[in-house]
Amino acid sequence: MPPSRKPKLAVWKFASCSGCQLTLLNCEDELLAVAGQVDIAHFVEASRAVVRGPYDLSLVEGSITTPHDVELIQQIRRRSKCLVTIGACATAGGIQALRNFKDVQEFVSIVYAAPEYIETLATSTPIADHVQVDFELRGCPINKEQLLEVVSAFLNGRKPNLPLYSVCIECKRRGTVCVMVAHGTPCLGPVTQAGCGAICPAYYRGCYGCFGPMETPNTDSLSRRWSYLGVEEQDLVRAFRTFNAWAEAFREESVAHEK
Amino acid sequence: MKSRTIKVNYLARVEGEGALHVKISNNTVTDVKFKIWEPPRLFEAFLRGRKYNEAPDITARICGICPIAYQMSSAHAMESAFGVTVDPQIRALRRLIYCGEWIESHALHVFLLHAPDFLGYDDGIQMAKDHAEVVQKGLQLKKVGNELMALLGGREVHPINIRVGGLYRAPTKRELAPFIEKLKWGRDAALETVRWTATLPFPDFEQDYEFVALLHPDEYAITEGRLVSNKGLDIALSEYDDHFVEEHVPYTNALHSVLKERGSYLVGPLARYNLNFDKLSPLAQQAARDAGLGPVCRNQFKSIIVRSVETLYAYDEALRIIDEYEMPEKPAVEVQPRAATCYGCTEAPRGSLYHRYRVDDQGVILDAKIVAPTSQNQKSVESDLWQFVPKHMDLPSDQLTWQCEQVIRNYDPCISCSAHFLKLHIERD
Repeated sequence: MPPSRKPKLAVWKFASCSGCQLTLLNCEDELLAVAGQVDIAHFVEASRAVVRGPYDLSLVEGSITTPHDVELIQQIRRRSKCLVTIGACATAGGIQALRNFKDVQEFVSIVYAAPEYIETLATSTPIADHVQVDFELRGCPINKEQLLEVVSAFLNGRKPNLPLYSVCIECKRRGTVCVMVAHGTPCLGPVTQAGCGAICPAYYRGCYGCFGPMETPNTDSLSRRWSYLGVEEQDLVRAFRTFNAWAEAFREESVAHEK
Repeated sequence: MKSRTIKVNYLARVEGEGALHVKISNNTVTDVKFKIWEPPRLFEAFLRGRKYNEAPDITARICGICPIAYQMSSAHAMESAFGVTVDPQIRALRRLIYCGEWIESHALHVFLLHAPDFLGYDDGIQMAKDHAEVVQKGLQLKKVGNELMALLGGREVHPINIRVGGLYRAPTKRELAPFIEKLKWGRDAALETVRWTATLPFPDFEQDYEFVALLHPDEYAITEGRLVSNKGLDIALSEYDDHFVEEHVPYTNALHSVLKERGSYLVGPLARYNLNFDKLSPLAQQAARDAGLGPVCRNQFKSIIVRSVETLYAYDEALRIIDEYEMPEKPAVEVQPRAATCYGCTEAPRGSLYHRYRVDDQGVILDAKIVAPTSQNQKSVESDLWQFVPKHMDLPSDQLTWQCEQVIRNYDPCISCSAHFLKLHIERD
């Protein structure tokens, strides 16, 4: 193998929809430039070629849902200098973490005629529950610019510069009129971490929390506001229980409204 | 060397995690397994108890490459349950964003996933070293599709604008206007792509598939129609379960969707093209003819040309829709839930995507069934391999393995989509 000084990038997939790794391929203007700066050493969705580790940066998509995953993530961690999780599945367990609130065997038997063949864990858990993670990139899906910022930060040995505030700040910066105040539309923006660019309110719809809870969110207060707007308890449970259902703040809030 | 095994544990350049296993004994193929080992995510189970209006955003998470297909199949199912008809302009906008999805998904496959096989590269990035112009153009073609998704849907992956009853927000005519120039560029570039893909080397591999796709009287079917085939199928969506069944195949423990009467069938670009050729725009028809494709194409290796023809059509159609667009008064109609069993099927980039739901009078989902394109094509993938391998037995192992991979990649399989209902079994011997 020819000697290579370029840092090695690897992309890994666990239980997920591939949307976050697709975001890398959606960087149409930057893709070839990125490929010039790094060795894309392991990215099965894009290439047959696989370069052996260790890897300088591993991007991990998806949540841990099978015994095989539990083993594999340990191996990946051992072979990776930096490990960054990308997206809601990898950072919070994803939509498939809805099984965590139920009996998984019951779930499996709904979908499959012969449940005994299914090799699956009772829970869907984030990568950080299993190995040390150097950075967690939020979103269902992740945002393209944030991804490029993270890759460039890690390749240059600095900390990614990404906001921890709520979607509300992004609405203000974008000049979007508050959908909750102006139209009474329930919105998770006040408790959700920024990063998407506050898309939903710009389309006259409430934020549905796909970037997960912000730092110290006041979910209880927001729930009271939603109740005042006429949202029923079961719908509050549903609202907090989507793509980041297992993230602590959202999980606790959904449980609090479950009868 | 009379006996050998072709094994690919991680199929590359496909969406999701699949494996290939072919066994040859005494120069005879004795076993073919296209295995899906993507972990099951149990969507049909956790949809139970969710509200009807959550189905589009939840099911979108089955696949990051074709979220609009999931959003549209589920929205249509719910709209039919509640007797809702959307405004014709909203219908057109949904078709427009769907064109965006076809463009980004097809361009991704044509240039980054499929073309490298024909030219002998591991990936699109390696290919770009020798064919920079082609790859750059492919990326730009893909980008315009993504921009269309972002304009109408807010973002490329998991757009946020589709709702049961319509859209959350309809764009103004002025917002769409700047797109016309980009789409015209894309239409030209897509036309060149059809010509370019026609120059690739294709093996003779004509198969007698049963093609299944939606058929619409007035348009190249994307969002609605009857399900038809070239072997006599012609049904309304509500009759789906009478004709299709998910079969338990013991050696893979996978469910394969088959036609009850005739077995395996094929969905996707090739099926649509063969069943709906006369509904393509004149430009797309002409381009196909010039590329040497007749109205019938039975060679899955040539699906790269057909995908390019469909990309061209999607650009052409997007231009037509924008040209005729008038902003509707309201982006959505009111929806009043009622108890029903309902059906939705649209043409995802990879083929027909069927949804069936049962909802109660409050619009709470009681059960759900989703049949993704790749599950429907699994059996065809395997029968292609059964046919292909004996004819190419003389190739060295690495080349034969690569070509077998290509047989699978011809289908642009989307394994995450299929895994939520596929049985998973890891061999432990």
